[in-house]
Amino acid sequence: MSSPAVLRNRLLWPVLALVALLVLNVVVTPSFFSLRLQDGHLFGSLIDILRNGAPTLLIALGMTLVIATRGIDLSVGAVAAIAGAVTCTYIASGGDAWVGMGLALALCAVLGLWNGFLVSVLGIQPIIATLVLMTAGRGIAMLITEGQIVTVDSPTYREVGAGFLVLPIAILISLAVLGLVALVTRKTALGMLIESVGVNPSASRLAGVKARTIIWTVYVFAALCAAVAGLMISSNVSAADANNAGLWIEMDAILAVVIGGTSLAGGRYSLTGTLLGALIIQTLTTTVYTIGIAPEITLVFKAVVVIAVCLMQAPIRIRVRQGVPA
Amino acid sequence: MLKKITTAAVAVMLAALTACGSGGSGDAGSSGAKDDGKITMGFAQVGAESGWRTANTKSIQEEAAAAGIDLKFSDAQQKQENQIKAIRSYIQQKVDIIAFSPVVETGWDTVLLEAKRANIPVILTDRAIDSDDTTLYKTFLGSDFVLEGKKAGEWLKENAGTAKNVVELQGTTGAAPAIDRKKGFEEAIAGTDLKIVATQTGDFTRSGGKQVMEAFLKSVPQIDVVYAHNDDMGLGAIEAIKAAGKVPGKDIKIITVDAVKDGMTALAAGEINYIVECNPLLGKQLMDLSKKVLAGEEVPPRVVTEESAFTSEQAKTELPNRKY
Repeated sequence: MSSPAVLRNRLLWPVLALVALLVLNVVVTPSFFSLRLQDGHLFGSLIDILRNGAPTLLIALGMTLVIATRGIDLSVGAVAAIAGAVTCTYIASGGDAWVGMGLALALCAVLGLWNGFLVSVLGIQPIIATLVLMTAGRGIAMLITEGQIVTVDSPTYREVGAGFLVLPIAILISLAVLGLVALVTRKTALGMLIESVGVNPSASRLAGVKARTIIWTVYVFAALCAAVAGLMISSNVSAADANNAGLWIEMDAILAVVIGGTSLAGGRYSLTGTLLGALIIQTLTTTVYTIGIAPEITLVFKAVVVIAVCLMQAPIRIRVRQGVPA
Repeated sequence: MLKKITTAAVAVMLAALTACGSGGSGDAGSSGAKDDGKITMGFAQVGAESGWRTANTKSIQEEAAAAGIDLKFSDAQQKQENQIKAIRSYIQQKVDIIAFSPVVETGWDTVLLEAKRANIPVILTDRAIDSDDTTLYKTFLGSDFVLEGKKAGEWLKENAGTAKNVVELQGTTGAAPAIDRKKGFEEAIAGTDLKIVATQTGDFTRSGGKQVMEAFLKSVPQIDVVYAHNDDMGLGAIEAIKAAGKVPGKDIKIITVDAVKDGMTALAAGEINYIVECNPLLGKQLMDLSKKVLAGEEVPPRVVTEESAFTSEQAKTELPNRKY
């Protein structure tokens, strides 16, 4: 049972699920794959999936590394809301869009440091430590926006979430981060160190791995990813909605990571898997809209698809397929 | 370690409890209900979850001050238990009248019975409760969501022109405004050439409205009209329509409900064609009703808030007056 075979098996089902969803769409809406140039950018359902899936993908990337260290970050949705709130409030008060975005990123990095501090220094369980900011963070965002939806009119800011360089800028940002993470963690020892912390924190520390620094870093990275995703979400509609921006996106991100075959128990992680997971989740949402599933049964439909994908990936099935007794 | 965590958890819970407790009684302590002929009202608000709600709160506070009513205000942060606590503390303080927007529909009988026994009249605002005993409250002041949907449908019937295909952006699935606005609109357009070709929830949010509209623009061959259950989803739909290279308000007519400032701005700019108002400024009506109730006058069990609807032209004159 060599590891590439396992990897192939793990990613096989997500790929099939994605293909199945796309086929379902084409059957119902034959024009689903059609792309055309509209005002100098590509226009079509696939492009929508990429653009709307970009924030989930970005947050899921941060989440992948956190989960690889055996942690979890529930605060990403709230952090995303804060990023949008800070930027929009700053722009609305007459500030420059770039400075506003810089402020948001800086503040969110501090929030990441806070999470990392709670987890790596105080040793609080990650799910509890980040729960603090998950609930308090939305309150902070509400304070910043004073409970109102802040609408801005800034062409620069619009570009982040709704702009195009032929392809949506949002997905270009997410893919660039994906590439960067892949490069940094796979071409250096960093990826292995992260995995070692996840597999056995004590052993890795005794072996000389700076577990604390690594854990701290992944939480800051997750917060920064969430911040950029928050900018995309709010820029997409040119408004900051402290109540609803990034609501439950932490669940989507965790789901994307799990569908991608990364274990919540920490250790080995798959960036390609996360990419697939994020695409599946967004395709699922778009499918619901495109094929006209009634809102009352949307959640059931989504649940069935997710359960199917997870069952296909279940360890017991993989063992059976490989002829290893369960 | 485990002991430490338990201790910490208990400490946090205690702190939270004290915080809640003092929150409820905090407003109370200072003034109490003195019998100086001034009316004292206890108001238990849902929370501050939207711009609409904030405007609602402001209206009640301002109108209470204007009417010379001593207002005790509490924010339940979307939790029924906080609201029940607040109402109990109002009963203990012997306020003259209690008003509140129930967070949820059920579970109010006990606390309202306590108020009834203490001879404190209760007025519901904005949202109704589900109880067999209608003597528990004097009146319910709030919007008629079905009527709002009807108004939207009626306007479309008269101004449809050649338009036929309507797509609908619904509010949160299962929420009363979403169910009723859908119902009213469907009733109004029944028997005409207009039909709803696609309907989906956009969760009352801009990004929800935008995402659903993007998908509709690709999967529905011909869209003439968008009917959104609130302004925010309509604003999201505008973005999607623009990105598809069409002109919102012209190529595709847009009708929404709410009339918040951002919506009215888009209406004045001609990007939305018609907005049915859902008025959060019910403060004045509430104060008038309270005075009537306390003066022993009969009030109808259901009072609908004063609401209008706006076309693009009317929005231009109304816009400078919009507070929310």
